[in-house]
Amino acid sequence: MSSWLDYTINGLIVGNVYALVAVGLALIFGVSRLINFAQGSIYLVGAYIGWVAVVQLHTPLPLTIIVVAVAAAIVGLIIERFGLRPLQNSVRIAPLLATIGISFVLDQLVMLTFSPNPRALPSQLPDVRFQVGGGTIGPLDLLIAGVGLTSALLLFVFLRYSKLGWAVRATAQDRDAAMQMGVDVNRVNQAVFGIAAALGGVSGLLVGMYYNQIDTAMSLQATLKGVVAEVVGGAGNVPGAVIGSLLLGLVESYGVAVFGTSYRNLFAFLLLVVVLVLRPNGLFASARQAPPEPLTGTFIAPSRPVRIPRWALAVAAAIFAILPLFPVSFYVLQTLINAWLLGMLALSLTLVAGTIGQVSLGHAALLAIGAYTSALLSLTLNVPVGLAIIGGGLMSAALGTLLISPSFRLRGHYVSIATLAIGEIVSLVILNWESVTRGPIGISGIPPLSLFGTELISPTSIYWFSFAVMVVLALLQGRLLTSHLGRSFRAIRDDDIAARAYGLSLNRYKSLAFIFGGFAAGVSGGIAAHLYSYINHETFNTQQSILALTVVILGGLGNVVGAMLGAVALVGLPEVFRIAAEYRILIYGIVLLLLVRFRPQGLLGTI
Amino acid sequence: MAEQLNSMLSLRGLTRRFGGLTAVDAIDLDLAKGELVSIIGPNGAGKTTLFNLITGLDRPDAGEVRFEGQDVTGFSPERLAGEGIARTFQLGRVFGNLSVMDNVLIGAHTRLRAVKPTVPVIGPLLELGLALLRPSSVRNEEERLREEVKAILARFGERLLPRIDQPAYSLSYANRRRVEIARALALQPRLLLLDEPTAGMNPTETAEMQALVAELKAEGLTILLIEHKLEMVMRLSDCVIVMDEGKKIAEGPGEVVRSDPKVIEAYLGHGLSGTSEQESAA
Repeated sequence: MSSWLDYTINGLIVGNVYALVAVGLALIFGVSRLINFAQGSIYLVGAYIGWVAVVQLHTPLPLTIIVVAVAAAIVGLIIERFGLRPLQNSVRIAPLLATIGISFVLDQLVMLTFSPNPRALPSQLPDVRFQVGGGTIGPLDLLIAGVGLTSALLLFVFLRYSKLGWAVRATAQDRDAAMQMGVDVNRVNQAVFGIAAALGGVSGLLVGMYYNQIDTAMSLQATLKGVVAEVVGGAGNVPGAVIGSLLLGLVESYGVAVFGTSYRNLFAFLLLVVVLVLRPNGLFASARQAPPEPLTGTFIAPSRPVRIPRWALAVAAAIFAILPLFPVSFYVLQTLINAWLLGMLALSLTLVAGTIGQVSLGHAALLAIGAYTSALLSLTLNVPVGLAIIGGGLMSAALGTLLISPSFRLRGHYVSIATLAIGEIVSLVILNWESVTRGPIGISGIPPLSLFGTELISPTSIYWFSFAVMVVLALLQGRLLTSHLGRSFRAIRDDDIAARAYGLSLNRYKSLAFIFGGFAAGVSGGIAAHLYSYINHETFNTQQSILALTVVILGGLGNVVGAMLGAVALVGLPEVFRIAAEYRILIYGIVLLLLVRFRPQGLLGTI
Repeated sequence: MAEQLNSMLSLRGLTRRFGGLTAVDAIDLDLAKGELVSIIGPNGAGKTTLFNLITGLDRPDAGEVRFEGQDVTGFSPERLAGEGIARTFQLGRVFGNLSVMDNVLIGAHTRLRAVKPTVPVIGPLLELGLALLRPSSVRNEEERLREEVKAILARFGERLLPRIDQPAYSLSYANRRRVEIARALALQPRLLLLDEPTAGMNPTETAEMQALVAELKAEGLTILLIEHKLEMVMRLSDCVIVMDEGKKIAEGPGEVVRSDPKVIEAYLGHGLSGTSEQESAA
């Protein structure tokens, strides 16, 4: 019994921490209908500022909290002013992509400044435990509960009794009406981002103290947990976010009690998927609401694609095909092989995110499914590698589509959250399903690429193989786009309500897009597995999903040639300029931000 | 009885509430084959909500929708499209990045046969395979539909044909409305619901649209029309239904409804909303 009380207290404390993140997300969603994917990065920044204050400056606890809150709020204001305000009149996908880019830039900046190694963040409170009923509680638990309650109270007073708080609530209810009544919406946004960032930063500090450890992986986890709590409570619903957070804390805590620590996140994401499927408006949403009527074609930037004549494409393909016949270095071939593998992933993502408008943030999961399937087929069942890779593609198409299908009824930002969560679930299942995936050890000794019994070992043959596979996939996808399916996918992206009114079933066509795209991604993962000869649950991570997304935006959403061009550019240019590996992700993030701001249609235009 | 045999659409006690507001309140409506019925009323009277209930984009809290005698209440929009109900939208929901041709081809989606075999379970996979392989049956069907689209676009004179390959976002507001109607016609509907087809059009364009709707009616198409321009309503309608605050307050031939004191009160009594409506339409 006593341990159950401990788990309950732990769940409520952790829930309190989530609440600090989730309330910020809810406030921001309320006024700008935006899920701020950078919220976790602010939490990360808060934790590291706290570390500097405690370890380097030896500030006393109250001062530490104030320093962190103020510094985080400043970061929030900067994000609002320079990252999001310029996009106010932009297409709906723009701010979504911008917060993803900002999050990557912030995380990388923290990582470059402080190194990715974990650091200890000592709690500045005495380490004693008080007996409460059958369980125990420490001063830090009380502090977290106190900070949670105090901020909830302050927020309540602010929203209810201050003039700016009124403006915030008015904007959340009806932005246009608020503007017409003279509410300065920019000031409201500033206030909301500042408050959200301050809460998020303090939350990072408290979590760091609670676990006595901080590292850069905290950011994504915090974003995910905050978003789960917020969505469970109903997006934009501030009290709902608090209740959702406590619920999430308890579910996790009890889940850990029953199944063990490595399942903690699995419960969080399963809770999210269940809520999204059963009650997409959150547990406390009142009635089913009429879907909002988006204006036409505002999700992606309207543009005329750059028409590249067929002969030019053929010439380019021929040049790349005969390239290995010339004395090029191993290094160049290796770089281009990476580009072709990324190109296949980008083809897949440009179909899913660009053509049918489902901005997937968990696309690396499709790589992982393809890679594990192909590796296991060839290792345990002695399937020839060529067939095993196709098997990986098919498994990725089938399983990927099945896993993502709960998100088919969602739109916009929710799709991104759901796919992010599903990607995490796949990675956690791979980690925990040891009997099949060999768990954290990973799979080693994967046989090399081979075709009709001949092993492809030389860089030249691997180059030709991967290039040929990518070109075949690209030709197939080009053919798909000119069929009735191409126009059906694009119609669903532009206006799913009008599409349904003309007989297009969203489930059917989103499934077909994910089947086709899943196959391409699975094949890419399969080839990678045989190329690397070793894979584990971290080989295919969120960074790859974001890299692929940047490639897709760079090339132009839905643009097949653009996906391949983007892959060559993003893999090749850092090599040309000899940019050190640790700066690359930072650069990808900056490229994403600049594109969203200045050329949202990408290099070759949206199709 | 004869009327019942010819019944295309019949609504009984159709009701939809949003929180405390009853947007559509126990509406009865009968539409016979070949008839044109107009629904008028001030903004917020529940006209568009009624359309959403008929086309399955929203579900009623009470009441029944019958289409050609079959109870279709709560059917999904895609299924109702398959049954032959097409609609246009008040805000002009064209597919912005699709060409005019592709927009209208989407209208013919429910009529695709060769490329959409009606096989359970593996049907979608066959559709994917056929879209990639494109045997002659699929190519011929696509070609036939493209010709048909051109014929439909020709009904709008030179308004759309020269712009057939342009993306819809580049069209003028009036042309978007025309694309919407062309898309609806491509479905070869048995029942056509038009939601303010002349909103935002100047008098010349309105006259053109009125002529087109009259033509469609003459061809025997059954039409339910929401329209604010009363002159058009009076000329075209077999019957006019007036809605206010979710309720049907009058029904009958145009001339009769027009002089109904309840109708005059609804419009003048809500004078403010009536005016703003005129402004937004202009």
